[in-house]
Amino acid sequence: MIVSRGFRGRRRDGPPDRVPPGQYLTDDFPVLSAGPTPHTPLDEWTFTIHGVDEPKGWTWEELQALPRETVTVDIHCVTRWSKLDTVWEGVSVDRLLEEVEHDAAYALAFCDGGYTTNLPVEDLTGGKAWVAYSYGGEPLDPEHGGPARLLVPHLYFWKSAKWVRGLTLRDEDEPGFWETNGYHLRGDPWLEQRYWGD
Amino acid sequence: MSAVKAETPRVRTLELEVPNWAGHRAGQHLDVRLTAEDGYQAERSYSIASAPGEGVAITVERLGDGEVSPYLVDEAREGDRVEVRGPIGGYFVWDGDDLQPVLLVGGGSGVVPLAAMARQRAQVGSTAPMKLLVSSRTIEDVIYRDELDALAGNGFGFEVVHTLTRSQPPGWTGYSRRIDPGLLADVAWPAPESPRVYVCGSTRFVDAAADGLLQLGYDARWIRTERFGATG
Ligand SMILES: Cc1cc2nc3c(=O)[nH]c(=O)nc-3n(C[C@H](O)[C@H](O)[C@H](O)COP(=O)(O)OP(=O)(O)OC[C@H]3O[C@@H](n4cnc5c(N)ncnc54)[C@H](O)[C@@H]3O)c2cc1C
Repeated sequence: MIVSRGFRGRRRDGPPDRVPPGQYLTDDFPVLSAGPTPHTPLDEWTFTIHGVDEPKGWTWEELQALPRETVTVDIHCVTRWSKLDTVWEGVSVDRLLEEVEHDAAYALAFCDGGYTTNLPVEDLTGGKAWVAYSYGGEPLDPEHGGPARLLVPHLYFWKSAKWVRGLTLRDEDEPGFWETNGYHLRGDPWLEQRYWGD
Repeated sequence: MSAVKAETPRVRTLELEVPNWAGHRAGQHLDVRLTAEDGYQAERSYSIASAPGEGVAITVERLGDGEVSPYLVDEAREGDRVEVRGPIGGYFVWDGDDLQPVLLVGGGSGVVPLAAMARQRAQVGSTAPMKLLVSSRTIEDVIYRDELDALAGNGFGFEVVHTLTRSQPPGWTGYSRRIDPGLLADVAWPAPESPRVYVCGSTRFVDAAADGLLQLGYDARWIRTERFGATG
């Protein structure tokens, strides 16, 4: 350990069982994205599951008609901020996957703007992931991924793909956008899986 | 830390001597980890300011009530040791190996990775046309001003355009407002040239610049962004 002479730190580190190693708490909602913010009109928006014999799609209205869940979760960005007790509304990914026949082990989420991220199906099921369209009781802002983003709060937040438009189910794991550009394949914040080699 | 240099009243460049540094690409960042006596640690990301092959330097802007940046800007001095991890990132990078025109748009300390690209251009003798649009609050806040003006002054297809958003010195001939579509239309390469674009700064700055470029007919896929957070 290298001590930095004269460094004390501010120690806003919060409850240790809720703030993963190397993270600090913020009340803001910082933004991480690789390009401009897309603005897709709702009447052109769909969410589709590919990689199955019979792909399944939902329009915006059809998605809204599915059972809506409200969840309060902590989120952790790889750029080191964490935010506690964020409130989201959306449809659970379990509910969406019920409507396709599949035995895939992996999924690649795809988005407006060409962004992708890969996840094991295990990380998307069992009440751990949602397609979220509201944040803090308001429609989700475009800069935070609206109209809808994936919400997978137990992994670093880049896995919660903004502007999500669907999932491609796969037998093999294929690195997505950040995962091809130096970031970890799975991204568990409690294991500090930030970058390649972690 | 092998050298420190004041850039502006709020910004300092730190040169780091990193054993076994694997080399980096212009635009990448590294993570700095500070450790207090009792083991408490804080870690933040900083863009690498130097061009590949130049050694490692970062340029840090002090945020008033920040945890790490005030330490790096005010407290750290030559000979101090910090832990760094990197280089990181493979998307917000420019290697200088093609001739596509390049537009760099930086707000405040967002100019740091862009300056690495401008230095890289000079290092490798690239002839790709490159324009750097820098938005700063006042003339004193312009980071790397002399160096960038010198790079632009030698007339090899690199141009710097400044806008000062808060106050301007007497006789100022540059722009005097926040970046908007009109200003971008003046400065940016025409869309048919399909330039490579790198935009860096605070979230609000990046969104304003990127949205403005889309209005000019730029394709979203040409525009790479790096958001520093609340900075500026
Ligand atoms: C990829 C990447 C590259 C980066 N490169 C650079 C770089 O080259 N140079 C650089 O200086 N920074 C860079 N940053 C930002 C840097 O990582 C830190 O976020 C920054 O230095 C602030 O850290 P801090 O510990 O001082 O502040 P923190 O303790 O993290 O405080 C930040 C928080 O305080 C608030 N805050 C504090 N002061 C202010 C203020 N003056 N204005 C607005 N909000 C404020 C913010 O809202 C925020 O919540 C980069 C960030 C990323 C993600």
